[in-house]
Amino acid sequence: MFHIMGYSLPATHYSLLQKMNYEAVIGLEVHVQVKTASKIFTRVGQGYGFDENTLTDPVVLALPGALPVMNKAALDAIIKAGLMLDCEIAEVCKWDRKNYFYPDSTKNYQISQFDQPICNGGYVEIELPGEARNIMGEHKKIPLTRIHLEEDVGKLNHGTNESLVDYNRAGTPLMEIVSDPALQSAEEAYAYLTTLRTTMVYAGISDCDMEKGQMRCDANISIRPVGQEELGVKVELKNLNSISYVRDGINHEIKRQMSVLKKGGIIVQETRDFDGITGTSQSLRTKEDAHDYRYFPDPDLMPVRVDREWKERIAAECPERPFDKQRRFMEEYDLPYTITSVLVPDRDLSDWFEAVVAIAGKAQAQAVGNWIANDLLRELSAAQIELADSKLMPAHLAELVGLIKAGTITKQIAREVFAETFGSGETPTAVVERKGLKDDTNSYELEQWCRDAIAGNEKAREQFLAGKDGAINALKGPVMKASRGKANPKLVDETLRRLLAE
Amino acid sequence: MAHSLPFQSLTQVADQLAAGQVSSVELTQAVIDQTQAVEDRVNAFISTDSVDALAQAAAADQRRAVGELLGPLDGVPIALKDVIAVRDQPLTAGSKMLEKFVSPYDATVTTKLKDAGAVLWGRANCDEFAMGSSTENSAFKTTANPYDLSRVPGGSSGGSAAALAAGEAIATLGSDTGGSIRQPAAFCNVVGLKPTYGLISRYGLAAYASSLDQIGSFTRTVEDAAIMLGAIAGHDDRDSTSFKTPIPDYRAALAEKKGPWKLGIPKEYFGEGLDPEVGAAVEKAIAFYREQGCEIKEVSLPHTEYCLSTYYIIATAEASSNLARYDGVRYTHRSADAKTVEDVYFKSRAEGFGAEVKRRIILGTYVLSSGYYDAYYLRAQKVRTLIRQDFLNAYQKVDAVLTPTTPTPAFKIGETADPLAMYLQDIYTVSVNLAGLPGISIPAGFSEAGLPIGLQLIGQPYQEADLLAIANTYDSTHDWNSRLPEL
Amino acid sequence: MSETPELNIDRVAELARIALTPAEKAEYSAQLGEVLKHIEQLKQVDVSGVEPSAHAFAVENVWADDVAQAGLTAEAALQNAPAQRDNMIAVPKVVE
Ligand SMILES: [Mg+2]
Ligand SMILES: [Zn+2]
Repeated sequence: MFHIMGYSLPATHYSLLQKMNYEAVIGLEVHVQVKTASKIFTRVGQGYGFDENTLTDPVVLALPGALPVMNKAALDAIIKAGLMLDCEIAEVCKWDRKNYFYPDSTKNYQISQFDQPICNGGYVEIELPGEARNIMGEHKKIPLTRIHLEEDVGKLNHGTNESLVDYNRAGTPLMEIVSDPALQSAEEAYAYLTTLRTTMVYAGISDCDMEKGQMRCDANISIRPVGQEELGVKVELKNLNSISYVRDGINHEIKRQMSVLKKGGIIVQETRDFDGITGTSQSLRTKEDAHDYRYFPDPDLMPVRVDREWKERIAAECPERPFDKQRRFMEEYDLPYTITSVLVPDRDLSDWFEAVVAIAGKAQAQAVGNWIANDLLRELSAAQIELADSKLMPAHLAELVGLIKAGTITKQIAREVFAETFGSGETPTAVVERKGLKDDTNSYELEQWCRDAIAGNEKAREQFLAGKDGAINALKGPVMKASRGKANPKLVDETLRRLLAE
Repeated sequence: MAHSLPFQSLTQVADQLAAGQVSSVELTQAVIDQTQAVEDRVNAFISTDSVDALAQAAAADQRRAVGELLGPLDGVPIALKDVIAVRDQPLTAGSKMLEKFVSPYDATVTTKLKDAGAVLWGRANCDEFAMGSSTENSAFKTTANPYDLSRVPGGSSGGSAAALAAGEAIATLGSDTGGSIRQPAAFCNVVGLKPTYGLISRYGLAAYASSLDQIGSFTRTVEDAAIMLGAIAGHDDRDSTSFKTPIPDYRAALAEKKGPWKLGIPKEYFGEGLDPEVGAAVEKAIAFYREQGCEIKEVSLPHTEYCLSTYYIIATAEASSNLARYDGVRYTHRSADAKTVEDVYFKSRAEGFGAEVKRRIILGTYVLSSGYYDAYYLRAQKVRTLIRQDFLNAYQKVDAVLTPTTPTPAFKIGETADPLAMYLQDIYTVSVNLAGLPGISIPAGFSEAGLPIGLQLIGQPYQEADLLAIANTYDSTHDWNSRLPEL
Repeated sequence: MSETPELNIDRVAELARIALTPAEKAEYSAQLGEVLKHIEQLKQVDVSGVEPSAHAFAVENVWADDVAQAGLTAEAALQNAPAQRDNMIAVPKVVE
């Protein structure tokens, strides 16, 4: 059935699909650049933002006589990706040439993997939007067909009369992650890409910056009557260069196909280009001019055998999967879903959280989570710095929550201390000492401030004595003000009640 | 032998250079003079640079003067087939496609020769992208056989073989995909060695068929071949198909390894189509080995008849993909009337490639195309397994296999216009490439018409030391190489 | 392999990106037809159970460590370019 779980699809196509009793079937092909120092088949450096054609060598340019040599790190990375996504890692895989002419390709064949990819099967766990922001949505496992490794191509820049080619990107290691045709909506595709990105970033495989082309997505979309097993004619949607465009493009395509059917037309197998800005798509080519890639094993490269030791070594480097971590945070630390969904998608942030809790104790986990989700993120964004560049250390935050818990400072004072420590790296205790922020008010002083407060607000005293308990709050303000915020609110409350009862 | 400098062996000139009897500049100048004297008839070179060669020679002499001799190749003029990259030098592969191409990098063998002090001299003519058996497929010139200028020198490394035979270099390098070193060596009365696949790095060798291509040498003697091999063999990190194996002192092994050897004679190589004069010369060589105490055994290589078909499927398939890079976009010839990107491809390739290259690309594209892969390419790869197994079976019984190098001596220029007939030239040599084995052709006599005849010895994988020793047993006791061409 | 190999020269030349004249097409078709006829003999070989050889001596796991090295300068990369602009290779406008 078409999936609808606590979130709403744009009404038009959901209702259209439902009215005609149709469902959508979507498969995604996602290309992810692997973050290595050198290219996949030669040792010249790789990266983004370099001057045109400064990351080339005879192999990248496919000069006569140049030969490819595998990059071990790219293999490590795809095995890691495969293990993160629960794929079966092939014992032996090989390299094939995919032959086609295009100016962004220097050899006019791409070294890829055809019938023996390195990763088979596996799945991507996705979370669909919950009923509200603070409620966890439904989780699903989207099965994967395969993941293989291949080389990226150069970049074409189109002018009025000519196209200019920069081969810096050519030869960058690229993973192609192919899902089964198992996604049912644009929302699922959106969630799928979100998980993929988080997972790849977590494992240090890629930064997945879609703007830099580090993650790119093509979608195969078809629709069929509910209950029909056979897939409908699929349309491939290309150039979906942001996660939102993937969602928009798929929604647009489902709607387009439905309206074709509604008008009594038939869906043609074709490749379409989606323009995220205008929200329109146009046909690039139909099946008739489909490629004949003439795949054959690349004679310049040797096969790869992955033994158990290799897999185990990579498995030991794999971080916990993000959703596993989120479930653990909710259980182990009793954190609310909202906090975990702030902490967990960022591996550094969630590791930082655990580092603080390790010092402060699990009982402080919620407080720590709140400090990070609210104060730390706010300060980081205001200062426009990364967590790694922050002067605030996990020990600092642990110390800070400890000071609050011990009643040494109030939450309000703690905010001030936090800001100080964040800015300078001075320990919270030192800040409290230096600025004299400790709640060192003696009972005589406090009693005097309370007496003054009661004397200064006869009306509040009468209301309180008349049984309106909340009236006491009006007396607390002047006391806190007199103590310049240092007074322990609990003690203030006690003292006021004792004096009022006199 | 007391030949003039350009016709002396590498061993001879190296000894004289080491003894200070001759300088590298004198030697190089003698080779340049000889080249100038004969090149209008032989046409062995696509390009030469005497100023550059003499400068390299002067540098070698300077090293010698301060006692920094780099080895036997130091100061020796060596010519490379024009499919091997030399930094800042033209590299044409015999093709109009690369007419103006200048390589920004050195092949690994080039680096090794430079490190050994060799004077890199002359870029030898060849069939376009090494596709051919006559050197008639060069876009630039047709090389003549120095022993009969009306005949071909063989191919595809015909320029390398002819240059050596005509005294235009002391040794040369070629490449051999289906016989392209051994067949021209046989036609030109020189020693041609195609080592085991993977022994010499292919990095910097413009690829024809990656799984079959191998660089090798042309020399006047087997001892010279041992010296050359020692200089260029060895694992290379830049070539994934290069093999990690210790490189012995091949020259020393010639003296150490004395036999007697067990030699296999494959009956399939002595049947129909073998020229009687070639057959007789090979029989005489077999008799010689028997006299030396070698055991001569008949062996069977039952899949021999399928070698050519297997070769032409695998080689053209790989070539169709390897040559896709010559597309008019980045560094090759681009058609002047290309209005669209598709024009750039279709017209540049139509203009840049010659007929034989187009034919092989078409054939290779076809055998890989959708629906034909299993029937052609996959099947050929399986037959290749059987062909290799034939040899490995034979090596259970013998140390090496002895065959004629070619069915006939050199044929006339323009005589073999039919591609299939030309392909049959490789009938005794392609199996060696398919099986990845080392093969050597050594001079074994002359026909009545005065045309050289070659003898092929096929060795075991990476056992070049044995193969060279077996070849040397014959070569060091015969002096066919002293019969110089009359030019 | 079919009994009489059919080589669709138009389609194959299209895949290979080579413009052939009608004369070339006729010539190559005839010549390659002969070659294909010869190649037909391969179907006589019993290859059941035989592993294909992509390499004469296959070695596994040939790779290099991920250490970036200097490559070519843009000038060297473009030194043989038939057309260039702004340090890039220029081709007639590509329309996908
Ligand atoms: Mg040949
Ligand atoms: Zn891909």
